[in-house]
Amino acid sequence: MPDTRTRRGGALLPAPVYPLISLAVILGLWQGAIALFAIPDYLLPRPAAVFDALVQGFVTGSLWPHIGATLAEAVSGYVLGCGLAIVLGALLAESRTFERFCYPVFLGLQAMPKVALGPIILVWFGFGMASKVVLVALVCFFPLFVNTINGVKRTDPELLDACRAFCASRRYLLLHVKLPAAAGDIFSGLQIGVSLALIGAVVGEFLSAQRGLGYLIASASVSMSLATMFAGVALLAVIGLSGSLLMRRLHRRVVFWEGAARGERE
Amino acid sequence: MSADLRLEGVSLTYRTRRGALDALGPIDLTLAQGEFVAVLGPSGCGKSTLAKLAAGLIAPTAGTLRLGDAPISGPSRRTGVVFQKPNLLPWRSVLQNVLLPAATLGLAPAPAQARSAQLLELVGLAGYADNYPHELSGGMQQRVGIARMLLADPELLLMDEPFAALDALTREALTLELQRIWSQQRKSVLFITHSIPEAVFLADRILVLSPRPGRIVEDYRPALPRPRDPDTLGLPEFNAACHHLRRHFTHA
Repeated sequence: MPDTRTRRGGALLPAPVYPLISLAVILGLWQGAIALFAIPDYLLPRPAAVFDALVQGFVTGSLWPHIGATLAEAVSGYVLGCGLAIVLGALLAESRTFERFCYPVFLGLQAMPKVALGPIILVWFGFGMASKVVLVALVCFFPLFVNTINGVKRTDPELLDACRAFCASRRYLLLHVKLPAAAGDIFSGLQIGVSLALIGAVVGEFLSAQRGLGYLIASASVSMSLATMFAGVALLAVIGLSGSLLMRRLHRRVVFWEGAARGERE
Repeated sequence: MSADLRLEGVSLTYRTRRGALDALGPIDLTLAQGEFVAVLGPSGCGKSTLAKLAAGLIAPTAGTLRLGDAPISGPSRRTGVVFQKPNLLPWRSVLQNVLLPAATLGLAPAPAQARSAQLLELVGLAGYADNYPHELSGGMQQRVGIARMLLADPELLLMDEPFAALDALTREALTLELQRIWSQQRKSVLFITHSIPEAVFLADRILVLSPRPGRIVEDYRPALPRPRDPDTLGLPEFNAACHHLRRHFTHA
């Protein structure tokens, strides 16, 4: 039997419909503003022109290499940076010496915009894919690294004591108690990483690339082809949104006990 | 199996910025094999510290602790613990939580599995093996903790205010149940509590601790027959024992 009480605030439609309506309104205002203020095409393309550019790109297949390149850079950099952040974070959270000497330094580094290192990374890792992967890994690394350390350190000391009383080894505590306890923080770091990974990839492509959505946008800027630029931006938005949603799903599924403890339901 | 617990001149002093803070003792105490000893004391008297010392989680500033013939120098498989919070791993099922000591102590899996099933039955959770802690009530979670405590067949049970966070009715039910479990298993028990009736109902001996630094001010044996059941609560001896112990705390 359908439960009519579960939809909050008397909602009539499924939740995903509402933002789509907002999107339609925004597109409508955009189109209306162009007509009303007679904005020329070279400053702001019509939504339909952007749509045309997208369709054209997919039909001719010219967009695919760019999407593929950006995805490949973002995903491999993300996996590399996040993997390192979790492993190093877990290990270093256990070390007092590290905490005293390095943790403040890492916090300082986190405040620094990593993309500023882009040109240097380009010099070190060349103009190909490697430099983008490194840049992505670097920007993804820090928030997750700090989150992992905080999550591991915040593990309930009483829970640890209880496990210690049953002779749990340090290794057991780290792998089976502290890391799972930090899963919520780790996933917040992974979520932040999704959008950072795209920023890293696009900035890398702005600097120097032959392929990728960042390259597409930068090169379209030279020819003042705004529809193509907007198409690139729209694709990046779609990729970022999909990645975020995917990670959110994964978060809920893996760290199932946290939502459940708060009384949330899917 | 059960073992005796012996504390000689045990004290604990914390070093703080304002200087030394005496938390506990010195305490001398002997807990005989199979004896149920309750430790009763006001908040902050160091009774939890006493449980942690006996569990080998902290070392005393002075004095010695022995379990059977061996000094306590750290956590031991001969000791089982339950704290005020159930302290279950929320990502593990009830069964996996009960089996935690099997993993940390390296027990053989097959007998541990069989024993965990028996213990879940013993604590009345036979049908909940595959549930997760967040799906259980506080009282049920604490039952899981009791089953976990018993898994490795410890010789000494340390229970630090195990029912303090539960509502009154659940608390009473679990107290009765613990009494039943203990009469089957006959382990040595050190039971920390701030509830007078709970201590009187469960224990052979009740040690009353002074405010910080906690020292034993009375070693009291309630004259109550065993086995104890809900009817025990109505006996005049029960009320007399509670009344006797309450004198220590009424001036507060």
